[in-house]
Amino acid sequence: MSILAFRHLEKIPSDQIPAVSIDAFRRDVLGAIAEGCRLVAFYGMPRANAAVRLVAVLAHDRSGELRAVAADPGESYPALAPDCPQAAGFEREIAEQWGVQPRGHPWLKPLRFHRSYRPSRDAWGRTGPESPPPSVLDFFRVEGEGIHEVAVGPVHAGIIEPGHFRFQCHGEQVLHLEISLGYQHRGVERALVGGPHPRTIHHVETLAGDTTIGHALAYAQAVESLAGCRVPARAQALRAVALELERLANHTGDLGALAGDVGYLPTSSFCGRLRGDFLNMTALLCGSRFGRGFVRPGGVAFDVDAALLADLRGRLEATFRDVGGAVNLLWDTPSVMARFENTGAVSPETAAALGLVGPAARASGREIDVRRDFPSGIYRFAQLPVSAVAGGDVFARAYVRWLEIQRSVEFIRGQTASLPGGAVRAPCGPPAPDATVVSLQEGWRGEIAHVATTGADGRFARYKVVDPSFRNWPGLALALRNQEISDFPLCNKSFNLSYCGHDL
Amino acid sequence: MLHPVLAVLVAPLLPGVINRTKAYFAGRQGPPLLQAYCDLAKLFRKGATYSRTTTWIFRAGPIVNFACLLAALAVLPLGRVAAPLPFAGDWILLAYLLGLGRFCTVIAALDTGSSFEGMGASREVQFAAFAEPALLVGLAALARRAQELSLTPMYAGLSGAEWAQAMPMLAMVATGFFVLYLAENCRIPVDDPNTHLELTMIHEAMVLDHGSVDFGFVQWGAALKLWVLGALLVGLFPSAPADRPLANLAVGLGWMLALAVATGVAESSMARIRLLRVPQLLVGAGVLCALGLLLGFR
Repeated sequence: MSILAFRHLEKIPSDQIPAVSIDAFRRDVLGAIAEGCRLVAFYGMPRANAAVRLVAVLAHDRSGELRAVAADPGESYPALAPDCPQAAGFEREIAEQWGVQPRGHPWLKPLRFHRSYRPSRDAWGRTGPESPPPSVLDFFRVEGEGIHEVAVGPVHAGIIEPGHFRFQCHGEQVLHLEISLGYQHRGVERALVGGPHPRTIHHVETLAGDTTIGHALAYAQAVESLAGCRVPARAQALRAVALELERLANHTGDLGALAGDVGYLPTSSFCGRLRGDFLNMTALLCGSRFGRGFVRPGGVAFDVDAALLADLRGRLEATFRDVGGAVNLLWDTPSVMARFENTGAVSPETAAALGLVGPAARASGREIDVRRDFPSGIYRFAQLPVSAVAGGDVFARAYVRWLEIQRSVEFIRGQTASLPGGAVRAPCGPPAPDATVVSLQEGWRGEIAHVATTGADGRFARYKVVDPSFRNWPGLALALRNQEISDFPLCNKSFNLSYCGHDL
Repeated sequence: MLHPVLAVLVAPLLPGVINRTKAYFAGRQGPPLLQAYCDLAKLFRKGATYSRTTTWIFRAGPIVNFACLLAALAVLPLGRVAAPLPFAGDWILLAYLLGLGRFCTVIAALDTGSSFEGMGASREVQFAAFAEPALLVGLAALARRAQELSLTPMYAGLSGAEWAQAMPMLAMVATGFFVLYLAENCRIPVDDPNTHLELTMIHEAMVLDHGSVDFGFVQWGAALKLWVLGALLVGLFPSAPADRPLANLAVGLGWMLALAVATGVAESSMARIRLLRVPQLLVGAGVLCALGLLLGFR
């Protein structure tokens, strides 16, 4: 066993991550998974002479311990995916980015349709200077009497992001759903290399527009850890308030959208307005409804005064009362519950095997929450209960959101009642050279993982971002098995995943 | 002739009333009552674009459907307001005119070759297989009760005294017709006219490719269908004395608007049911109508 164990946000010298043979690497990773670890990140690190090193970061939730192991695979290696389904997406990503071939991968297709980062090393042997067109490839097909295929997207009837969904149906029943994304690929991970520079924070804030605070916080934590910066207590509390406001806004919006998808008007219309009220509270903190410009390495960019706090708490109470009224209508309306219950169920085993995170995992009874398992900032002192329920269906995913809304409101009440004094920002120096840090944060969609590795010059040599959407999209595909195709929008909304967070 | 003219002119008001009711329940102001007329005026001025995969069938669909509904108005009374061309057996013709209109909408949808329109058409036809028998049985129950074979005398015979006498039977048929009214007009709980989600639509999916004048006829036709099925239902309700046609017309119009408000209330207070459950709902409507027929034989 040659795996490195370390703590969340611990700055580790990069050369301490053991580089072992690929066989030992597979054994270590699979052994850790068998022990109850989750794969948090699995990515390629460019090395000298155009070589690539594979790095796996695992999390053991119960002990709050992180583990890392690395290997130099050469041009191909035996894939982990057949033995460890949660590695499947990461291996597709590695093959696409670095041209490293996972042998025996069950479904090796490009994820984002860009050219390999290493010129002339392409896992599919594609040549030519231009990027491959998205989704132009073979899809999994079911054949037989009465089987038909339905293709949805990338252009949708609503104002949503582009993504392609390919259903294999028998009548109204979905046998298989394949999701093909990549239309929103911007190359953010590549743009972050060489940072931190003045643009980095803006790249991070727009990784997924609705998770601005979550991603900015994960980034700020990583940089602060690398630079050895201590964030003032007041800033830590304000960051957590902003993160919970982001959660409140999105959960409220999701519950309204779920009601809208089943055609239940009252909750749908009220939650649409109430989401805006929560966004306005974020705007109260920093002037931006989506929290842009609030979190900065070293603290937060804006302080609050007593009048603003009183205003915030007044608005919070009024809005929370309305949210309670609108959301409880859902649970009391039989026609709504008939649609939510037993629709799109994901079993706890599936959720664990796919490595689902966030409300989607907690709705399948998985008690994981970064705020409890890997707490940082104020969450080390002010703990939130984990809102997990059993069932795994649309109702469970909706109900987890309602539980989290209540607990986030309680948390903000507590924090704003006893906000620490002092400064809101400490100077944050340059990151240490040749170091690696893993930064986790529980965004409203689930675990956000940033892994920052600096080079000899103290600049990012690799900045790996794992958005919760990346982990949860396969969960949506499996939730649709044997469901009615007309329930797809409802299931989709119950996950509400980000396209650009996946495509980066 | 008064009733058909009124129907064609006033029908687009019904969706406006429904939408305003829904907006009221949602705490919104909602679109103007006459929005549907503005939309029609806009659509009839637009130029059309047709997919190269479509044929004349696609263009004929909305027009034939509209024509079928116009023809249906010729035999359709509104309460005690007589239809222009009543004859024995006209209730069968009415059911078949509605069926022909549906058939043309469906083949126009299939003509586009789009998978969404195909799914919408398949759902429409599947549900029609349950809805059409229910309508025929319900009308047969009324025919049996009135001992008449034409819609006009069937409905003209219904008075307050009739309700006192045959209350269970009329209530059952009325309930069945209300379900049919919601289902045939793609209202919640069967379909959601406001949804933008291609995979869940029924009627809206079938008309995705229509534009301009064609879509104008689709919209106007949808409003007329609301009127036609609404007339079958509100005709069962008490009306003015038979010798005052204008009063009867006013009462009928009042009932029709009240029905639109009731539809808005129903849509605001419940969610759509699962598509697999729609046949059960329609069979329920059919059973109510059949029970009404059985009571008529008593």
